[in-house]
Amino acid sequence: MADKVPVSVTVNGTTYTREVEPRDLLVYFLREDLGLTGTHVGCDTSQCGACTILIDNRPVKSCTMFAVQANGRQMTTIEGIATDGKLAPLQDAFWNEHGLQCGFCTPGFIMMATALLESNPSPTEAQIRKGLEGNLCRCTGYSNIVRAVQTASAALSAGVREPVGAQASGRA
Amino acid sequence: MAISQMIGARIHRREDPHLITGGGRFVEDQVRAGTLTMAVVRSPHPHARIKSINTRAAKAISGVVAVFTAADLKPVLSGTHPVAPAFVAEKHTVPERFPLADGEACFQGEPVAIVLAESRKLAVDGAEAVEVDYEPLPAVIDLMTALETNSPKAHTNLPDNLAWDLTYVPEDAVKDAFAQAEVVIKERIVQQRLAPTPMETRGVVAEYSTFDDQLTMWMGTQNPHLIRLWVSGSLGMPETKVRVISHDVGGGFGSKVCAYPEDYLVAATAKMLKRPVRWTETRTESLQTTTHGRGQVFDLELAAKRDGSLLAMKVTQYLDTGAYIGTFGAFQACACLLAGGAYKFPGGIAARTVGILTNRVPTDPYRGAGRPEATHNIERMMDRLAQEIGMDPAAVRQKNFIQPDEFPFTNNFGLTYDSGNYAGAMAKALGHAKYDDFRQRQAEARKAGRYLGIGISSWIEICGFGPSAATAPASGGLALVESAQIRLHPTGSAQVFVGSHAHGQGHETTFAQIAADTLGLPYDSIEIRHGDTAEGPGMGYGTYGSRSLAVGGMAVRTTAQQIVAKAQKIAAHMLEASPDDVVFDQGRFHVKGNPGNARTMGEVAFASFGASLPEGVGHGLEATSYFDPPNFVWPFGTHICTVEVDPQTGSVDLQQYVAVDDCGTVINPLVVEGQLHGGIAQGIAQALFEEVAYDPDTGQLLTGTLVDYLMPTANEIRTPVLDNTVTPSPSNELGVKGIGEAGTIASSAAVINAIVDALQPLGIKHIDMPASPDRLWKLIRDAHAGNGAHP
Repeated sequence: MADKVPVSVTVNGTTYTREVEPRDLLVYFLREDLGLTGTHVGCDTSQCGACTILIDNRPVKSCTMFAVQANGRQMTTIEGIATDGKLAPLQDAFWNEHGLQCGFCTPGFIMMATALLESNPSPTEAQIRKGLEGNLCRCTGYSNIVRAVQTASAALSAGVREPVGAQASGRA
Repeated sequence: MAISQMIGARIHRREDPHLITGGGRFVEDQVRAGTLTMAVVRSPHPHARIKSINTRAAKAISGVVAVFTAADLKPVLSGTHPVAPAFVAEKHTVPERFPLADGEACFQGEPVAIVLAESRKLAVDGAEAVEVDYEPLPAVIDLMTALETNSPKAHTNLPDNLAWDLTYVPEDAVKDAFAQAEVVIKERIVQQRLAPTPMETRGVVAEYSTFDDQLTMWMGTQNPHLIRLWVSGSLGMPETKVRVISHDVGGGFGSKVCAYPEDYLVAATAKMLKRPVRWTETRTESLQTTTHGRGQVFDLELAAKRDGSLLAMKVTQYLDTGAYIGTFGAFQACACLLAGGAYKFPGGIAARTVGILTNRVPTDPYRGAGRPEATHNIERMMDRLAQEIGMDPAAVRQKNFIQPDEFPFTNNFGLTYDSGNYAGAMAKALGHAKYDDFRQRQAEARKAGRYLGIGISSWIEICGFGPSAATAPASGGLALVESAQIRLHPTGSAQVFVGSHAHGQGHETTFAQIAADTLGLPYDSIEIRHGDTAEGPGMGYGTYGSRSLAVGGMAVRTTAQQIVAKAQKIAAHMLEASPDDVVFDQGRFHVKGNPGNARTMGEVAFASFGASLPEGVGHGLEATSYFDPPNFVWPFGTHICTVEVDPQTGSVDLQQYVAVDDCGTVINPLVVEGQLHGGIAQGIAQALFEEVAYDPDTGQLLTGTLVDYLMPTANEIRTPVLDNTVTPSPSNELGVKGIGEAGTIASSAAVINAIVDALQPLGIKHIDMPASPDRLWKLIRDAHAGNGAHP
């Protein structure tokens, strides 16, 4: 076992300092050292995108980096995008458009779509599909994921934020 | 009682908030202090004798706590992998299976030893340090030669590779009909092996409490109660001492129905080492060792008249069982029993299923299981017939459909279709697809050298498993009924515990819709709980076979009705009336003709805990019951796909996909559409992309990562046009059927029919799946070369 080295990162606005092995993957560092289990592992080869997070506002598959490589960086995970108790527009859109079924791939899709809308606030359907091709979903057939991104895009352009968590039965 | 405020409502899922915020509780999110991680040493060979296992180096690694082989586990785990009769009651051979290979490994990835260590990394280090001396043995790689006498044997202790050979109806029975045939179409159709590939791989965490001899398992399963049954049986513990908890499950698609070696191993080692143990499958392990679906070859012969009337059919299914028979592997033989699809075969259908052992991972149900195969077969044959006699494929179907007034319809194998309007669904789908316009465009495109095609798939399925009389023998004694327990609290909220589990289907929402309407309580007052064997009814039977709504939803319905019946007596007492004079309407009990003086269900619930109850009525409002359906349910529909094939590259542009489906009464359209979207994508994936491939010489898995196993991305799938018809099932009061597998059952045939239709000018009559660019390009090249080669 290699010696541990110190790592200091800022995740969702909180700074953490931990000791890690050089071989520790960032995704397991987030999940097991920081307890941020919303970021998932769905493959061994960086195909599925379930581990997608933002590092310095750019999307990264966190299974492709070692934790030591993230030293000093600012990260955002699925746990960090709702603000002041309000869902982010993409979270709300995934809910409204039934963009998830089992929900395992969802955090990765939401983080990837966050980056997509950041770089292109009004993507076409083709641009959305292309932009999400690094993420795999087995349940939805992607249709409602694409709709969710379109809905969020429209909401963001209109500056509209749907009230959150509106009464469960009232979200019809 | 008036209902239907919530039933049919397009409401958003209550499951979602925690899943979109990172609060999911999947297996690996489960953290227990002091947990050991298990890693599995697996056979790299498809077939090998295990001469010795040297664990010394692994044990020497600091942090490796234990290394176990079969010999260590034999005193702890008893029995063999359970195999249900399913549709093949008498099997020729059922190879015994222990969770760790004992002396002989029979498929690549079969567990040989396990390492338990203080961390994931150390467990993997330990597994790599285990030295296994293998003597490779000849492997059964080719399904169609596996029954020849000189074939290698999948197990050295077995005389042959036959798992079963069952003739449902002999060919003699259709001899006369074939003699009258004006056209006979023969085809061999291959159903390639598929990997179910839920996004969350399998995983187990187990914790053993010594003082009370209690084992708790957290796992992503479709079947918590049966896991409890199997694991407790193998460990020799009463079911009361084993608790299986399954919170969020990251997809299943059939692959998380049965128990796997790792489930037993994690449970046993947690007990042996008295420490929590966890194991999470890697994606490569998943593709290598989680049960596969399909893996079948069909020989088909269709007899018809030149006017398109069907006469008879012969079907033989050769099914690759893998090295061991899957728990419900023989379920896939239902492809024979549904061979006739939506059509009448006056001359009968001969059917035979042959299960064949190979040195590959076992096959078991995968979304649709037998029904996609049946649909693909019959729908391909209908198109082959249409092509042969020069008739429009829609017209051939129309001519042979079972008609609405012919239900209940008993098919050639004695199964009774409950209700349907097959022609109605097809007509609607043809309308959406603008079928006639397309044929015109196609003709024009052909003149310009472009290859456009349209494919129809009219599907039916058997689902909602199922009536006890039929399912108890098939499952080995446990009828596949379903359970619910409802408890009302004094202030009028209700907990509904259901035996059904969920892994993305939205039961917490749809079951609450049913309970709300039936109990007359606000939707928000209903909590649905599932996935914990320590709660609720004694048994649940698992979520598969599109059964949860038609059986589990009905259990909620009938249990809620028992609550209402008791509440009616209490309400009558409160209203000082006879129960017979009290009506229940919109959640309120009142005396007939006097709706102004009413008691709500909430008020009755409160009173049920008080001192003033009618004579002979006990306290509380609680009920538990099991629903045993009188029949299966039979959804149906028509899917239509249009494509353009690029003859230069062999690539397929899927232009439009229309699906008109009928699942009877719809509880929540949003959820139904979601199920169809996903199911259609999985069938398109089979048609165009996915295949578990093994090297034909070495038997080595070639698709062991998601780089090689081509799951489609958002870029490959289009949003389908969905519509429905509603033909309620007469088999249950709600009129519901299943929809979880429909999309997958229908779609592969629609896509392949469209591609074959596109390439008809080249004389191409059939294409096996996946219709990859490579395969199509070669077919087109050969067709151009004029040799008329057939895949």
